[in-house]
Amino acid sequence: MSDTRMSDTRMSDTRMGVVLMEDAATGVSLSVHDGVATIRYDQPHSPVNTLNTRVGPVFEQIFARIEQDASIIGAVLVSGKADTWIAGADIDELRRVTTPLEGEALSRGGQQLLNRLAAMPKPFIAAIHGAALGGGLEIALACRYRIATDHPKTVLALPEVQLGLLPGAGGTQRLPRTVGLQAALDMILTGKNIRAKKAWQMGLVHELVHPSILYEVAATRVRALARGDAPPVRARTRAVRDVLLEDNALGRTIVFRQARATVLKKTRGQYPAPLAALAAIQVGYLHGQEAGLLEEARGFGDLAVSEVSRELVSIFFATTALKKDTGLPDGVTADPVRVRKIGVLGAGFMGAGIATVAVQVGTLVRLKDASLDRVAAGWRAVREVLRERVKRRQLTRLQMDDTLSLVGGTIDYSGFANVDLVIEAVFEDLAVKHAVLREVQAVAPRAIFASNTSTIPIRDIAAAAAHPDRVVGMHFFSPVHKMPLLEVIVTPETSAQTTATVVAYGRRIGKTVIVVRDGPGFYVNRILAPYINESGKLLDEGASIDAVDEALVAFGFPVGPITLLDEVGLDIAGKSGPIMAAAFGDRMSPSSTLQRVIESGRLGRKAKRGFYRYDARGKRQGVDQGVYALTPATGSRRAVAAEEIQRRAVLPMLNEAVRCLEDGIIRSPRDGDIGAVFGIGFPPFRGGPFRFLDALGAATVVAQLDALNSRYPGRFEAAALLRAKAAAGTRFHP
Amino acid sequence: MAIVAGVRTPFARSGTVLKDYTAIDLGKLAVAELVQRTAIDGGSVDLLVFGTVVQSVVAPNIAREVSLLPHFPKTLQAYAVSRACASANQAITDAADQITLGHAHVAIAGGAESLTQVPILHSRGMSDVLVAASKAKSLSQRLGILAQLRPKDFIPITPAIAEPSTGESMGQSADKMAKLNGITRESQDRFALRSHMNAAAGTGDGRLTAEIVPVPAPPKFENMIASDNGVRRDSTYEQLSALKPVFDRQYGTVTAGNASPLTDGGAAVLLMSEERAMALGYTPLAYIRSYAYAAVDPAEQLLQAPVVAAPIALARAGLALGDIDLIEMHEAFAAQVLSNIQGLASSTWAARAGLSKPVGEVDFDTLNVMGGSLSIGHPFGATGARVLTTLCNELARRGKQFGMLTVCAAGGMGHAMIVERA
Repeated sequence: MSDTRMSDTRMSDTRMGVVLMEDAATGVSLSVHDGVATIRYDQPHSPVNTLNTRVGPVFEQIFARIEQDASIIGAVLVSGKADTWIAGADIDELRRVTTPLEGEALSRGGQQLLNRLAAMPKPFIAAIHGAALGGGLEIALACRYRIATDHPKTVLALPEVQLGLLPGAGGTQRLPRTVGLQAALDMILTGKNIRAKKAWQMGLVHELVHPSILYEVAATRVRALARGDAPPVRARTRAVRDVLLEDNALGRTIVFRQARATVLKKTRGQYPAPLAALAAIQVGYLHGQEAGLLEEARGFGDLAVSEVSRELVSIFFATTALKKDTGLPDGVTADPVRVRKIGVLGAGFMGAGIATVAVQVGTLVRLKDASLDRVAAGWRAVREVLRERVKRRQLTRLQMDDTLSLVGGTIDYSGFANVDLVIEAVFEDLAVKHAVLREVQAVAPRAIFASNTSTIPIRDIAAAAAHPDRVVGMHFFSPVHKMPLLEVIVTPETSAQTTATVVAYGRRIGKTVIVVRDGPGFYVNRILAPYINESGKLLDEGASIDAVDEALVAFGFPVGPITLLDEVGLDIAGKSGPIMAAAFGDRMSPSSTLQRVIESGRLGRKAKRGFYRYDARGKRQGVDQGVYALTPATGSRRAVAAEEIQRRAVLPMLNEAVRCLEDGIIRSPRDGDIGAVFGIGFPPFRGGPFRFLDALGAATVVAQLDALNSRYPGRFEAAALLRAKAAAGTRFHP
Repeated sequence: MAIVAGVRTPFARSGTVLKDYTAIDLGKLAVAELVQRTAIDGGSVDLLVFGTVVQSVVAPNIAREVSLLPHFPKTLQAYAVSRACASANQAITDAADQITLGHAHVAIAGGAESLTQVPILHSRGMSDVLVAASKAKSLSQRLGILAQLRPKDFIPITPAIAEPSTGESMGQSADKMAKLNGITRESQDRFALRSHMNAAAGTGDGRLTAEIVPVPAPPKFENMIASDNGVRRDSTYEQLSALKPVFDRQYGTVTAGNASPLTDGGAAVLLMSEERAMALGYTPLAYIRSYAYAAVDPAEQLLQAPVVAAPIALARAGLALGDIDLIEMHEAFAAQVLSNIQGLASSTWAARAGLSKPVGEVDFDTLNVMGGSLSIGHPFGATGARVLTTLCNELARRGKQFGMLTVCAAGGMGHAMIVERA
């Protein structure tokens, strides 16, 4: 549905009748027309409606009024916002919780309010247009009836686990009873979004309507339910397997056991929230809803003050803050240029990835490469990603074709005259970069030229520019359509408008953008380098490949460093190694194993030959034992404790992050944390290098670095800023 | 009236490399590239007119479907036209007229055809039964109606390229014209060979491929189709002369070799008022000086109307045939081109066109210098835009002043247009 006129759902019109109550502070009002009450929520000074401790008592009063007023037959709950219904709890308020008991009480308060709502003898109907998330969905679940609009903006979810929490206002109890155990587990344990159509199919909402008739249908339904008319029943067809698993205790035990195993496998026990949610749901089935609610509140209290939740919430806030960040220094402003057409040079993996994210936001893309075959390969790569989305029913076939039509392939610079931005993803060679920069500035003199280089300093590239103020780095991560980070690299000559434009555009294509200063490796690759090198040195000394990977996966990285090398491609990694060593000396000197493995012709997964073995279809087999012959320790392997591996690989990464802050490469610890979490997969539950340093304490880290430095001189020299923090006993984050 | 640029898909014999694309897809491919290549802002286009002959039953207004490309605002209005093989020409002159009237300033016009994906119709008997069955009130009633179907009802109807008024197929008409005008088999085959040789040369040196948007090749999309697949650079007169006539097997001279093949493709041109072109900073390729449409009795010489249209267009431009530096004549059949050329030089046809003397002799050195529909192919709805693009580009390359194009069309219709290099 493309109709986005919302005038009928943002109601302030006469249909709602006489206003009985209005609370200006919270934006909640009650009005009545012809016996049907409308509870409208429109939180002042906020783009969305959130739930906090101030709004609870107002709802309480309204419920009481409706209960007592004999002229009211029932109520409709609506949002006054254009695109959201209720987006969940106020997270700022949650952050102020300091003890588990406080958190538990907060949860109990929400539960009691919604228990009251659920027990109302008069029918309450949730009329949902826009996002109903977390506490918002829990309110809807406590209503007798739910009507949603068939609209792309209407999504329903219980995303609490993504912040290290669980649904604390009855969600763990009411959702399974509404949609069935397995569907509820899927929603609660992953926090995923459910679109309106799907919500209707799974029975999460009773009716689906066009936005323009949402209110009328809801009011009509209130009258019908108040009269005692049975609502139209839509038989939910359930698979025999679901009935067998969900409708008896034994089946449910199997479901719970499987869910727990899946959670443990995915989280490696590092995220307590899904397990706590699982426990609350299970208690609800075993001992009834009231016991389940108590367990839910207890779990919520524990989680609210847990380290993991604190870190996840901090990432959430940092990401939110970055969404508003112009990328410019304080006091500097510039209007971003509206990017409508971009040129992408190089239709390889990165170029095609950039084209993919660009066309999905409606940008025209001129995709250039040296031969039509390469352009075709890039076009096909864009199509593959879109086709995957068609398979997942996120796009229709026509939408895919339309999106694809925005990619125009070329082998010359035709069609570049009106590009606003050119992103080059050509061969990593300065002379090649200079050549394309000159060509672009000749055919599109007004365009911004962005390099996707990962190794060449932007100022070196800009040296060939007629307009160095319009040269910038846009460092994407691979695969572009999946990796959330974009590193924007500015030189002293980059203009404010150039920076503002690429930051705004990066955000439009869905990336979290950090602006960093030019320098070898920029930020992400610079902190990655000592981590990778140290992992390599561990192999030099006889540690085994799988032990190194396993230790760092256990630390919380999505893949180990050696696997990462295989995935990225050893040739690419090998190219950056010497550059980093040249720039930073000993502490970045590449391991000899890595060098020799590259020389042996192993290029990683793409060549089906790396540190690991791959079968003909590219599926990974196991460690290639042949690699050990290439290490200085040759065949003999020795056991190295996981903690030793973690310390040696992670501490230099943290240390290098501090140096980046010292050198002004990153603007703030916040950017450093986000860059590492979204660019490298630094464990989110540890919050990022700076949050982790704060948690460990600078003094502890300095002591550990000093100890390592005495064993391996030069590689673990603590950064001056870190020593200063240790000496002063201060933190990076306030 | 400024012609800024033209773009087309490769033309491919139907049922070959473009068979997975519908006419709408082909139109979109051409227009999307036209927008990209000319660097025009989609929002500045006021009108899109598109021609097609074999309409889609599910999406009859191909122009609207094309105009809904994400390159344009949804407010870009669009309509489809049909004038047989001159459909794209009709789209172009309609758009030009709208600009002249001041109703539009920037327009895209063109056409597309898939002669692979043509609608196949049910027989009349089948249609009647299906309609009746859909109105039946019960299952037994429905089964009763369906039981009326007879084996012959299951034979589908494929649209033939025949004149509804005479029942004569296009090929039969061409064969008849050859007989009436004394066009020999040899002259037809030699003309067809010339078409292939010229098209091969134009493909080889890139003049012809310059107007083509490379199209990803379904189903695997591992490469791009960047040239026409009907052009046979190794064609010989001996091969052509060995082919059997297909329409009149006994006395006919029209063969698969000297007739244009069924083809899939799309083409589009960007038109602007002179003032708007200046304002937007475009250097036009050429200006439209005049055009004309004419018709003859389809039962007589079906494809001879260009002979009547050409002198009208020339008169409207205030020019004589001798002033024309380059001619693009649509090649439906070699017999038709040679008949048209003969007609232009004939007193009889001059008299029929109301002229005191013949239009003139066509100089072969200026005619279809990069081949024509015989070799490049002929997607009915697209050809007109292809011909105009080729003519304007080549005029510019040669630095010549005037060009003329003619297109014959079913129904005994013809079109001519005079352009002048900018």
